[in-house]
Amino acid sequence: MVQAPIEGRIAENIMYFARLVRSVGLAVGPGKVLDAIKAVELVGIGSQDDLYWVLFSLFVNRYDQRELFDQAFHIFWRNPRIMERMMGAMLPTVRIDQDDLQEMSRRLSEAMASGNENSKPNQDSEQIEFDASFTFSDNEVLQDKDFEDMSAKEIAQAKKAIEQLRLPIMNVSTRRFQRSGTKRQVDMRTTLRAALRSPDSIPLRFKKPKLRHPPLVMLCDISGSMSQYSRMFLHFMHAITNDRDRTHCFVFGTRLTNISRHLKHRDIDLSLDKSSGAVKDWSGGTRIGSCLKEFNNFWSRRVLAQGAVCILITDGLDREEAKGLEKEMDRLSKSTRRLIWLNPLLRYEGFEPKAKGIKAILPYVDDFKTVHNLQSLMDLSEVLSQAVEEIHYPLSA
Amino acid sequence: MSTAIPANIDDILALLSNSDYIADRSLATTLFLSLKMGKPLFLEGEAGVGKTEIAKVLSSALNRRLVRLQCYEGLDVASAVYEWNYSRQMIEIRLSEAAGSVDKENLSENVFSKEFLIERPLMQALKSDGAGSPVLLIDELDRTDEPFEAFLLEVLSDFQITIPEIGTVKAEKPPIVIITSNRTREIHDALKRRCLYHWVDYPSAERELEIVTTKLPGIDKELSAQLVAFVQKLRDEDLFKLPGVAETLDWADALTQLDKVTLDSEAIDNTLGTLLKYQDDIAKIHGSEAAQILEQVKAELAEAS
Repeated sequence: MVQAPIEGRIAENIMYFARLVRSVGLAVGPGKVLDAIKAVELVGIGSQDDLYWVLFSLFVNRYDQRELFDQAFHIFWRNPRIMERMMGAMLPTVRIDQDDLQEMSRRLSEAMASGNENSKPNQDSEQIEFDASFTFSDNEVLQDKDFEDMSAKEIAQAKKAIEQLRLPIMNVSTRRFQRSGTKRQVDMRTTLRAALRSPDSIPLRFKKPKLRHPPLVMLCDISGSMSQYSRMFLHFMHAITNDRDRTHCFVFGTRLTNISRHLKHRDIDLSLDKSSGAVKDWSGGTRIGSCLKEFNNFWSRRVLAQGAVCILITDGLDREEAKGLEKEMDRLSKSTRRLIWLNPLLRYEGFEPKAKGIKAILPYVDDFKTVHNLQSLMDLSEVLSQAVEEIHYPLSA
Repeated sequence: MSTAIPANIDDILALLSNSDYIADRSLATTLFLSLKMGKPLFLEGEAGVGKTEIAKVLSSALNRRLVRLQCYEGLDVASAVYEWNYSRQMIEIRLSEAAGSVDKENLSENVFSKEFLIERPLMQALKSDGAGSPVLLIDELDRTDEPFEAFLLEVLSDFQITIPEIGTVKAEKPPIVIITSNRTREIHDALKRRCLYHWVDYPSAERELEIVTTKLPGIDKELSAQLVAFVQKLRDEDLFKLPGVAETLDWADALTQLDKVTLDSEAIDNTLGTLLKYQDDIAKIHGSEAAQILEQVKAELAEAS
């Protein structure tokens, strides 16, 4: 497509570069490559800086892709024989990942064999076959059983049940309208259309505000103290994410990870696989305060903006003695429509909020529920579907 | 008469700086491409870094009409694209009834004609005047909801709008489109794919100083150097909302109004509200923290000179 030989090389290089950035996860299709070649012709190959920004404007479309692009660009365009080197550099990391995976699955399969319930999500596919014999009464027993006490088989059954779980949608009125029979507001557009159809009168048509559910943000603790529950909650989050739009999921232990995109895959195994790949701090310590701070500073404005409901899943046990937690909880509760705290510890009778973390969180939440078995997850739907009037509205940010 | 579209990146930079907009070369590159390739420019960045300003400057520098669509929740076709003038339609119907000549076919054709159409920003942007196609600014797209975004897809890829009663209206020349977003939510990839993306960052110290002296020509030299250095330091602090360029300019203006020629702790404490907009942030910086930063700034400036 390009005549001059020098430009021919550039076109080819842009194509290779596009392949490189595509392989690290940027969405660069052939259309973009053609655009890029055209753009480089327009700007001319004056300086590397111009080339950088030309390709940047076309290949990047999210803030968090900047870093990846920057690295890829510098590696690729500063070194002519880059493809070979890249391949060399990439292979070992791939191998490490696989080693990790194998290590993990071996450990987990051992755990499964001994009846321990630390199951790994991507082994469910085998377990699910049991479900054919899963009777209704089994289900009933299962509903009240603590996740902690469940056998591997029961865990698999519970996961299957969670897959079926749907949250009834709490609706809030939006500023859009839909047709309505009740006589609140005249819909002029349809009235006028109707007027032309009827012979001698103008029949009024009405409209009312459309209802829509608010965005839902889930923050789930995956630290060591929560390890019995966190896998279950991942299934829960996956089920919810695939049931409704505008859902964002984060997990935290010692640091915060956004797994919303990973959970959007329909296939649960694939989706949990991707999330576990992204999360680096499984079953470690907890730093609730600093994780919430990260959430408040980097994410809250982006995911809580349209009056979101926030679900915080944690036991409130904090390694940092609740340092700075109160302040962050305050900020969080101020920027959500409603803050719901799910705590598996609550199941113990006579539970008293003694831990510092719990004391710091408690004053700022609108609801405080237990989640330790299927029944409690199902009860959640009640909380979420409550009438809007009972809910406090945050001052808009 | 309209000014011709600049032929290269340096011309773009010159064009912008003639209108008192100091841009990075990266922004100029993207802007140049957007003008040349006829693709919308999608600007993301924190509040107050000059995203909206670029559209205004572009329209005045190129001598084009500026059509602005401010987005908000619930923005719909009626307020963004077109609306029928209902009262006039009703009167028209009534009048033709009174005249006794009610011919249904005729009437409906008559009532739903361009004469009764109220054009909203997107519709207006499809029209060129003597100066050429206008600059269309779609401001704070993240404030509207997904259904509207989906609607924009059609407008932005073909620059045409379909009105059932009239037909399809197509732009003779596509407008220059600038979309801004504060990232209060992610815009869908399908829309971004049709645009050129640029992240507008906080400016470097030199550039910010240049901006301050360009926008406030009368400002004291020492004061401007100090306040820019102070704001730059503040951006390294752990704050909920970092001050943007707009805040720097406000602050500089405030200090000039107070006849300050040099920064001091008292002046900072009294005017901190122009710079920081969250009580937590103000409480954190107010007093000793501000004094400490000021000391650092003064030491560094003394060393540099």
